[in-house]
Amino acid sequence: MAHVFAFAESRNGEARKAGLEAVSAARQIADQTGGGEVHAMIAGGPGVAGQAERLKAAGADVVLVVEHPGLALYNPEAVAATVAARIKDGGYRAAVFSATSQGKDLSPRVAAKLRAPLAPDAVALAVEGDAIVVRHPMYTGKVIGSLKITASPALLSVRLGAIPVGETAGAGRVETVPPAIDPAQGRVRVTELKEGNTSTVDLGEAPVIVAGGRGLKSAENFKMVEELAQSFGNAAVGATRAVTDEGWRPHSEQIGQTGRVVSPELYVAVGISGAIQHLAGMRTSKTIVAINKDKEAPIFKVADYGIVGDVFEVVPALTEAVKQAKAQG
Amino acid sequence: MNIAVCIKRVPVMEVKFAIGKDGASVDETGLKYDVNDFDLWAVEAALQLNEKNPGGTVTVISLGPDAAGEQLRKALSMGADKAVLLKADKVPSDGFAVAEALAAELRGGNYDVIFFGKKAIDSGAETVGIMVAELLDLPCVPAVFKLDIAGGKGTAMRALEGAAEVLEFPLPAVITVDEGLNKERLPSLKGIMAAKKKPLETKPAQLGAAAVTVAKMELPAERAAGRIVGTGKDAVPELVKLLQTEAKAF
Repeated sequence: MAHVFAFAESRNGEARKAGLEAVSAARQIADQTGGGEVHAMIAGGPGVAGQAERLKAAGADVVLVVEHPGLALYNPEAVAATVAARIKDGGYRAAVFSATSQGKDLSPRVAAKLRAPLAPDAVALAVEGDAIVVRHPMYTGKVIGSLKITASPALLSVRLGAIPVGETAGAGRVETVPPAIDPAQGRVRVTELKEGNTSTVDLGEAPVIVAGGRGLKSAENFKMVEELAQSFGNAAVGATRAVTDEGWRPHSEQIGQTGRVVSPELYVAVGISGAIQHLAGMRTSKTIVAINKDKEAPIFKVADYGIVGDVFEVVPALTEAVKQAKAQG
Repeated sequence: MNIAVCIKRVPVMEVKFAIGKDGASVDETGLKYDVNDFDLWAVEAALQLNEKNPGGTVTVISLGPDAAGEQLRKALSMGADKAVLLKADKVPSDGFAVAEALAAELRGGNYDVIFFGKKAIDSGAETVGIMVAELLDLPCVPAVFKLDIAGGKGTAMRALEGAAEVLEFPLPAVITVDEGLNKERLPSLKGIMAAKKKPLETKPAQLGAAAVTVAKMELPAERAAGRIVGTGKDAVPELVKLLQTEAKAF
């Protein structure tokens, strides 16, 4: 009965949702491979130990706290060395990371240090006999591959939102782990964290996304998209590549083949024709609404509900209607 | 400066893929190929860096079948100086096996900067560049959308979910390129002619053993056909009702 390792990503001393999902994914693997323990590591500046309870609740039996002033900002080389050392000593069956920007930086570093197999960006995982099998979107989501690892430890990263955060009794113990190398020795140094607008939800975590395309005609008209997003209360704003290439919105908001891949509960496409590159980033959304003046636009082929019409007329009306529905509900 | 760029030949994605007979690959019949999007931006980053520091060399490297020579020629026509094809009839699905072959070629190349694209759009992994950096024990800054290299060191920015990081690093280093760093140049006619005379060396790829295998490939379920609720703003009340009662979407 082998244990399973998880790395719980944090920012500003707080565990991220993606980090808790990694712990819960590790819990699933442990439960399916004979009920071993989940050992979840969190690294950060002084005070990060306070997150231990949240990791326990997400499924950790042991919380490994790496606390050091030099880890207040992400320190890729020190964290990778510490994680790799622990996985090597721990004899784990598997190690789970988040397929976030940070997790995609960390997991290949650790895999290469350990010469261990890594299955990236899992949207589902299963234990099949002595193998761990993950489902991984390939070819811009047009093909789903099942990647199989039999060797131990099997490293995997799980996509944001793919594995729900579990709730357990949270009876775990806490161990303190020193950094494997002095964080000051890291050659790559994060000197600053520039927070985005913290009042808006990140695209990967937002249950609702309102995205705008070229049909909006200008950067100024995105105000309409922002207002619709605000009416839902928990929505993020996205954009097509045409829009970010025009400079109407930042590249960080681009959804598609070369941008973010999202699958919210509700995706509202405003003035988006539905180029294949854009569909690659949003086709797995649970419900898709399209508003476009061209009834032949390809976006209507993937949309659950469509309104054919002028976005400048329909969107403000929708904003008002959502506000009213929210006020009543 | 001595600069390397690693690029990948990938299918053009504007097609409906079919699964191959083995059930664990994509049917390659009729596919067209190009340089991976992110790798074009990596080539552009290398060329711009070389232009700022004249007198250097840009070497472009690809691991793939003979046909990947086409993609190397494209990079040469954009302005790279020489190319190396690490020949492998099939590119393994295990990024580490690929990283070992690339590291074997890059090791001893005395490169100041090694560029990769952030990810290959066919495998959808984002692993090889970072693994190569580890194998070569070089500092690695992945997924940069801003980059400034001068005086033997660099600063970069990379996007996080809802934030961005500013990073500093010394050279030599491995950098992987995200969208937004630049726009790739188109090969000029002169560039295309010049590329024909530039050296392209082919050697066998020293692939590592693959420990991640593709057990199966499937096409995702098609979305069920949706419906047009109506036309213009008059359709809004019905849409909101459907979203609340049928889809329970908010």
